[in-house]
Amino acid sequence: MKIAVIDYGAGNVQSVKYALNRLGYESFLSDDAEKISSADKVIFPGVGEAASAMKAIKAKKLEQVIPELKQPVLGICLGMQLMCNYSEEGNTQGLGIFDLTVKRFETDLKVPQIGWNQIEDLRSPLFKNISENEYMYLVHSYYVPINENTIAKTNYGIAYASAIQKDNFYGVQFHPEKSSKAGEILLKNFLEL
Amino acid sequence: MLTKRIIPCLDIKNGRTVKGINFESLRDAGDPVELAEYYSESGADELVFLDITATEERRDTLVELVKSIAEKINIPFTVGGGISKISDVERLLRTGADKISVNSAAVKDPDLINRLSAKFGSQCIVVAIDAKKTEGIWKIHLAGGKIPTEIELFSWAREVEERGAGEILFTSMDHDGTKNGFANEALAKMSEMLTIPVIASGGAGNVSHFTDTFLKGKADAALAASVFHYGEIDIIDLKKELLKNNIPVRI
Repeated sequence: MKIAVIDYGAGNVQSVKYALNRLGYESFLSDDAEKISSADKVIFPGVGEAASAMKAIKAKKLEQVIPELKQPVLGICLGMQLMCNYSEEGNTQGLGIFDLTVKRFETDLKVPQIGWNQIEDLRSPLFKNISENEYMYLVHSYYVPINENTIAKTNYGIAYASAIQKDNFYGVQFHPEKSSKAGEILLKNFLEL
Repeated sequence: MLTKRIIPCLDIKNGRTVKGINFESLRDAGDPVELAEYYSESGADELVFLDITATEERRDTLVELVKSIAEKINIPFTVGGGISKISDVERLLRTGADKISVNSAAVKDPDLINRLSAKFGSQCIVVAIDAKKTEGIWKIHLAGGKIPTEIELFSWAREVEERGAGEILFTSMDHDGTKNGFANEALAKMSEMLTIPVIASGGAGNVSHFTDTFLKGKADAALAASVFHYGEIDIIDLKKELLKNNIPVRI
């Protein structure tokens, strides 16, 4: 299986690659449209700020390539947010795969949300062998509201979409590569889709 | 519900753990990677590695170590100790560290926090603050607590947040090493004043100290070293006790 991890300068690409290694899968980092398009699975990681990340994606001329991918694609954290239409962070136009707006947390709770929170209302093969209310590791200040593509929810002041899916595109707000065993199960499930 | 985090801290010197860490199950107690694996499987929510050599020459050793840790462990970790350059941060994050912490360098050049958070995002920039109460006023100290300054703790904490830090790691030097509990009064004041998470550090001696720092100190996370390294507190047992006190934790 060819697994591409899109490399546009995001900080956590290596962590994703290492996590796949621990599961016994080889993957490659790439910013090459052809290599990414011909992979069996594509992982679109991301940490950092939306506007500058989108700028980096455009600089690599990947903004057309990613929405046209036909194989299973997993967006992680900022990767998931960038698959949406628009983010309030830096007034950023995203890739528009999901017709959704990413909003900033408006809550009395601490922002960013940093740490382990629960995922619930799980509805996707992505969560096979993962129990309701499992803990995943999250770090974010912006969130995707509940919508028709929601496949997992999390509560932080409000209930929001911690995972979304549409066709071959999957997005998770948490970091499976840093979420202990449960995260590894999710990555394995994705690779077995 | 977002849980409170328990964070063991490992001091690193020349790529090895220091302090007499003593676990029978470990083959090599000086190996940070093995210890990190042990903690990640024993209920730790995150790890902090503090490079206490932290000289320029040692930076390559640290980067190598970060790579080995990132390859092995599946929970987040922070790396700190003598970090002052954007290029250092870039290397450490690219190699697999989830967050970096800056301390003295941020005090000497506060704009460093702005530059780091703009480039890498607030979420991976932890500002560590060491402080001591002198004549009723909390003042920050540099170089691992050796050099006093006239900078007041709470105004610095606010400035750090405004400049874009994602988290504050606050160590009370009055409490560190005493095993008499965390600096809960100062922690609560800081936590209520700020919108970013605060990690309590310094003073952990028993389980009730953790309960207190979450309930009274309003901390978002608690960091400790020796109570974990010497096996005085087992993290799972600690978390069970916290749960009994209605403090949300991941078990």
